[in-house]
Amino acid sequence: MSKYNRNYIVDKTFQWFAIFCTAFGVLSLLLFLGNICFDGIGRINWQFMTSLPSRLPEKAGIISAFVGTLWILVLTAIIAVPVGVGAGIYLEEYAGKSRLFDFFEINITNLAGVPSIIYGLLGLEVFARLMNMGGSILAGACTLSLLILPVIIVATRESLKAVPKSLREASFALGATKWQTIRMQLLPAASGGIVTGIILSLARAIGETAPLIVVGALAYVPFVPTSPTDEFTVMPIQIFNWISRPQKGFAIDAAAAIIILLLITFVMNGIALYYRNKWQKKVKW
Amino acid sequence: MKKIVYVLLAAGFLAACGGSHKEEASSEKLTGAISIDGSSTVYPLTEAVAEEFKATAPEVRVTVGLSGTGGGFKKFGRGEIDINDASRTIKKAEDSTCKTAGIDFCELKVAFDGLAVVVSPENTWCADITVAELKMIWEPAAQGKIMRWNQIRKEWPNEEIHLFGPGVESGTYDYFTEAVVGKSHSSRGDYTASEDDNVLVQGIRNDKNALGFFGLAYFTENQDKLKLVAVNNGNGAVLPTEQTVKDKTYAPLSRPLFIYVSKKAAERKEVVEFVKFYLANTKTLTKDVGYIAMTDQEIEAEVAKFKAFIGETK
Repeated sequence: MSKYNRNYIVDKTFQWFAIFCTAFGVLSLLLFLGNICFDGIGRINWQFMTSLPSRLPEKAGIISAFVGTLWILVLTAIIAVPVGVGAGIYLEEYAGKSRLFDFFEINITNLAGVPSIIYGLLGLEVFARLMNMGGSILAGACTLSLLILPVIIVATRESLKAVPKSLREASFALGATKWQTIRMQLLPAASGGIVTGIILSLARAIGETAPLIVVGALAYVPFVPTSPTDEFTVMPIQIFNWISRPQKGFAIDAAAAIIILLLITFVMNGIALYYRNKWQKKVKW
Repeated sequence: MKKIVYVLLAAGFLAACGGSHKEEASSEKLTGAISIDGSSTVYPLTEAVAEEFKATAPEVRVTVGLSGTGGGFKKFGRGEIDINDASRTIKKAEDSTCKTAGIDFCELKVAFDGLAVVVSPENTWCADITVAELKMIWEPAAQGKIMRWNQIRKEWPNEEIHLFGPGVESGTYDYFTEAVVGKSHSSRGDYTASEDDNVLVQGIRNDKNALGFFGLAYFTENQDKLKLVAVNNGNGAVLPTEQTVKDKTYAPLSRPLFIYVSKKAAERKEVVEFVKFYLANTKTLTKDVGYIAMTDQEIEAEVAKFKAFIGETK
């Protein structure tokens, strides 16, 4: 067999391996989605969306969990995004290389790997008890903000790193200050990556259960939370609660709630894609 | 929105006024908030009661969490919640925490739950089992040793035995080990554990050689997929049914479920009404959620206990 032929076969084999890997991911996702949709799609209706939890599966709804999840989502974003992006900018643009800097860097990277329940314990002591927030939406959002901060910081830094050096130098050469350079050149150029990082981390946050249960999120909330100091529940807790019930009807409710939660995630990812494309078109270098 | 603010204000006002305004409050509509946490086993029942209570007292905000019996008692001992759901009685350590914090409480039985021992419908040999045999299978010393059915009873086949049970964090596991092995939280480790009892149902139904245990409600909902095993405590084999759990002939695998009410919370009108409502309706609601109701006399005894606790005379 000639060298050319062998290389050709290796090439083809790798291509098929790559196709198999992609198909594996897509097919298992489709199987999962198909299964869930089959079980739950018929249960989604106005009654399900607007009802409070109930002991009777056919009367139960997700309004309090749905609104709780939206509250958590919005508040977490408001808290985590400015802090995370700010810290990322500082670490990438302002901080000089030093021992302290290395120490920070290692810590932030490690934080991204800490199990989420540890954040829950921290949130319980610091936010719920020390700062007296109790099991409120605010305490939950603060806890989840800590959880996703490392991801946002790393995403911000990586995106800033990817901006070509020439852009920075040209800006300085034209007499722009550091802040002007960051605000008018670097951030717009890096925004695609930053927004993607933010959205992915928020998508993780709305799927979390353990830290919120520790902080004091409830399961039965017979009212729609109207302020950040209200007690709350979120959709993953409601889903988990339904799945572990013996009655068959709750399994259907859980499937329906999973579809709604997936829809929220899809919408968020859609927004991320839209903005990334929009900004990438604007930025030309 | 505005309404809820008013309710909150009213709740704060009532809480601030404390006992002195009790008389006036009784003639008015009930308001306020009741926070409940604790066992995920008791949760469905408390949820059902809270749901029905909302119909009679729509302005009282009852919230229920599921931190587990132990997690709930931690909060209870700090005075963070009014009522704790418990699938076992309070432990000594938890009791002394409450005492140190000055939290006086009342323990009330609200329902019974049976633990079902089940096998797959394909299992033709195992119809009953003695408590001693269960102990032999589940005790820590059995790990790696009791691996085949015929090791338990000679006439059973020479097949591997596959064990299924709830995870070690659950109250169900605590209760089973306490009742069967004799020591809470002590069993062999080489069994398939899941926090989700529905997973256990799936595992057992498809495995001829499986043996497992979980709450009776999970069997009731899956009668066509599982076979119930009668448990023999020396007085003949007994199947867990509503009757045998209620009259305690199904022993030792039936357990009472509790709520713990703190004295401080019981000074509030809405909490008193809620607890009374709980006891008055537990009989019908228990059936809805798959547990076994107490008898009328037992309920009356709990009501009397609660009345004595709050200093109310008949």
